[in-house]
Amino acid sequence: MEAVAPIPHLQARRIGKAYAAPVLVDFDFDLAPGEVHALVGSNGAGKSTFAHILAGLVQPDSGTVLLDGRPHAPRTLADAQARGVVLVQQELNLLPTLSVAENLFLDCLPQRFGAVQFAALHAQARVAMQRVGLGWLDVTAPAGALGVGQRQMVEIARALTRQCSVLILDEPTAALTEPEIARLFENIRQLQTGGVGVIYVSHRMDDIRRIADRVTVVRDGRRVTTRAAGTATVDQLVGEMVGHALPPRAARGSVGALGAVALEVSDLVAGDRVRGASFSVQEGEILGLAGLIGSGRTETLRAIFGADPVTGGGVRLRDSGQTRPLQRFPSPAAAVAQGLGLVPEDRTHDGLLLPLSIRVNATLATVPAQAGRLGWLERSRELVAAEQACNRLAVRRDSVEQAVSALSGGNQQKVVIARWLARDCSVLLFDEPTRGIDVSAKETIYAILRALVAEGRALVVVSSDLAELMTLCDRIAVMSAGRIAAEFTPDAWSEEAITRAAFSGYLYDSTDAR
Amino acid sequence: MHGNRIRSEYLALFLVWAALVLLFGMLSENFFSLRMFGALANRIPPLTVVAVGMTFVLIIGGIDLSVGSVLGLSGAVLGVALVDWQWPFPFAALLALGTGLFAGWTTGTVSVRLGMPSFIVSLGMLEIARGLAFLTTDSQTKYIGPSVEGLARPLSGLGLSPAFLIALGSVVAGQFLLTRTVFGRYLIAIGTNEAATRLAGIATLRPKIIVFALMGVLTGLGAIFHVSRLGSSDPNAGLGLELSAIAAVVIGGTSLMGGRGSVVNTFFGVLIIATLESGLAQAGASEPVKRVVTGVVIVAAVMIDAWRSRWRGGFLALFRRHFRMGKFNP
Repeated sequence: MEAVAPIPHLQARRIGKAYAAPVLVDFDFDLAPGEVHALVGSNGAGKSTFAHILAGLVQPDSGTVLLDGRPHAPRTLADAQARGVVLVQQELNLLPTLSVAENLFLDCLPQRFGAVQFAALHAQARVAMQRVGLGWLDVTAPAGALGVGQRQMVEIARALTRQCSVLILDEPTAALTEPEIARLFENIRQLQTGGVGVIYVSHRMDDIRRIADRVTVVRDGRRVTTRAAGTATVDQLVGEMVGHALPPRAARGSVGALGAVALEVSDLVAGDRVRGASFSVQEGEILGLAGLIGSGRTETLRAIFGADPVTGGGVRLRDSGQTRPLQRFPSPAAAVAQGLGLVPEDRTHDGLLLPLSIRVNATLATVPAQAGRLGWLERSRELVAAEQACNRLAVRRDSVEQAVSALSGGNQQKVVIARWLARDCSVLLFDEPTRGIDVSAKETIYAILRALVAEGRALVVVSSDLAELMTLCDRIAVMSAGRIAAEFTPDAWSEEAITRAAFSGYLYDSTDAR
Repeated sequence: MHGNRIRSEYLALFLVWAALVLLFGMLSENFFSLRMFGALANRIPPLTVVAVGMTFVLIIGGIDLSVGSVLGLSGAVLGVALVDWQWPFPFAALLALGTGLFAGWTTGTVSVRLGMPSFIVSLGMLEIARGLAFLTTDSQTKYIGPSVEGLARPLSGLGLSPAFLIALGSVVAGQFLLTRTVFGRYLIAIGTNEAATRLAGIATLRPKIIVFALMGVLTGLGAIFHVSRLGSSDPNAGLGLELSAIAAVVIGGTSLMGGRGSVVNTFFGVLIIATLESGLAQAGASEPVKRVVTGVVIVAAVMIDAWRSRWRGGFLALFRRHFRMGKFNP
């Protein structure tokens, strides 16, 4: 695409990096001024490592990077930033106890005689947040109080305030909803006209089609192809990423036989995000929960599960053929005892014991069941249980004694799911089950979810990816401002209708109307 | 594979201890004597049982600064029961254990149920228990005499005291509890990631309270050992014990950030500290020099710990954990 890239702004040649195994092999990459160049590939393909090399987090073993003709070999993030290379990472790196404003300008707080000028800081912060469409956000609130999506927007806002010539975005939209994505893309286009080159790492083909000029496919640390984004079809790209053609995505097709109502949520109120949510899900059904970030979907799942205190309403569960009376679970332990399971949104913080083994993680919900009399652990039984669950979910591993921190995101997610399979849960709640997971692992997760409903379980799936919900679910409930605004069956749903419903709760001043 | 790594850690600590023994053996003539080892074995039971309890407390990501005072209080109660009330030893001993249990359970309940850092709550308990120890004994040292000394007297033919054997038993039982039981698995899970453990359907509050209560019982046991070794009960007993215990646990490689630790390694930590102390004394080091050397050893051990767990935020995370007052919804 020489027409698009007359003078390379950034030029990487024969980059090599190996840890235990090679991660990048003779990797070449060019970025023109004002270009959005997407990097796609499965997890572990080497995209993030490359981004980290440019940003100074990782040093390459071999190869050279030229930035505007001069060598670029940063040893720290600050080095890279000094040359205008700014990275927005996939993991969220805000300091939770500091305010949004302090997080935005932590390295350049406005000060006089060593005292922070808070008025100036907050004014700057408001401008920065306005730019990403969150002008209403209280910039004095601690960053830890924000949801994942908002935190991601703060990270992006922080990058946008820096003088940058190369902006690297690593899965920026994984936690964002459509309006936020649109706003992000608007910002990217503005940067482009200013000559900033953008490296866009993502799994989301839609994003790439919309924003990227060129797209490079990485597989096993090598560049497979680079071409204009417009000329590539999704199937082609996915095929190149996995190295073989994928079978066409199996749609769920006609709804199978549904059983009795397995979980009924009735006027659930919790915190200030969940304001009277009601819905139900049947045995053998996948119910999708769509909605904007902050609409209360995650909080609804947590409240059902007893993870957060419930202040109104409750849930009715069907347990061994009987529907139990309306109740509120005081703790997750109580919910699990009645056959509920939750796969949380944030795997690393809420799901896994990262330094511990697959065995310990996969059996965590069933430790007493695998133990002998008097509570002695039976390691051999745990091994069998963990192996079985991992085989069933095709967890890629060297051994079940391997630490889960060494697994890819998709395989980590499978380990969390494995924990609930071992318990034989009747109702499973999934919060963003494919967030930050590569395309082929996503397909595996979908297949697992379908197998679970085929066994007569009831699933509730929260996702910000509408396309995902529409391929996976039997029914989609749309949350807006803490309530269910609408429900759709496959014959009636469309992206437009769901999006409209997602906004419906915010059209009037819904904060006071309770 | 797991087992091998742990065994290599045992070996490393054992070698450190052996090196210390060798070093002091060369520095002073009488160090290498059976009598010396016997004296060492008879000195360490109180520290050993307290350090076993402290290992559990650190594994769940907590800390208990009150153990020295609680040992003083339990010992004071023991002395008063034996001397003033003329209780038989078994009942007085049970009362001392109960006193420790109550103190530990209180610290645990307040810090766990109210979500307060155990650092602060146990700091409060440190003052409370020491005050109560003085109130109980009217600031007097109670001379009890030979009726309690049986525990600390070496058994003929073995050269080791019952107290030492019980302390050794608590190490074995503690290691078993930690690595081979459901309860121990939960403690490791809680220390590694409490939010994830809770969301896996495990009740996390009660095990944490039990750990503090267990810490209290073991401190009470330590008090009995201490009193029986001295033949008297002193309300000042156990001053600074919390620091020796934490130091022993940390030298044993237990993570201050929770989730990782070993009771057996803690025992090696205790041996290293006690050997250092008596070895330096034998070699003629003054009290100030002893303290400087011990301090250096502790810091070196923590540095190694921080280096080993750097990926989890290192030593700074400890400070963040213990001084974080306002908590976000976990």
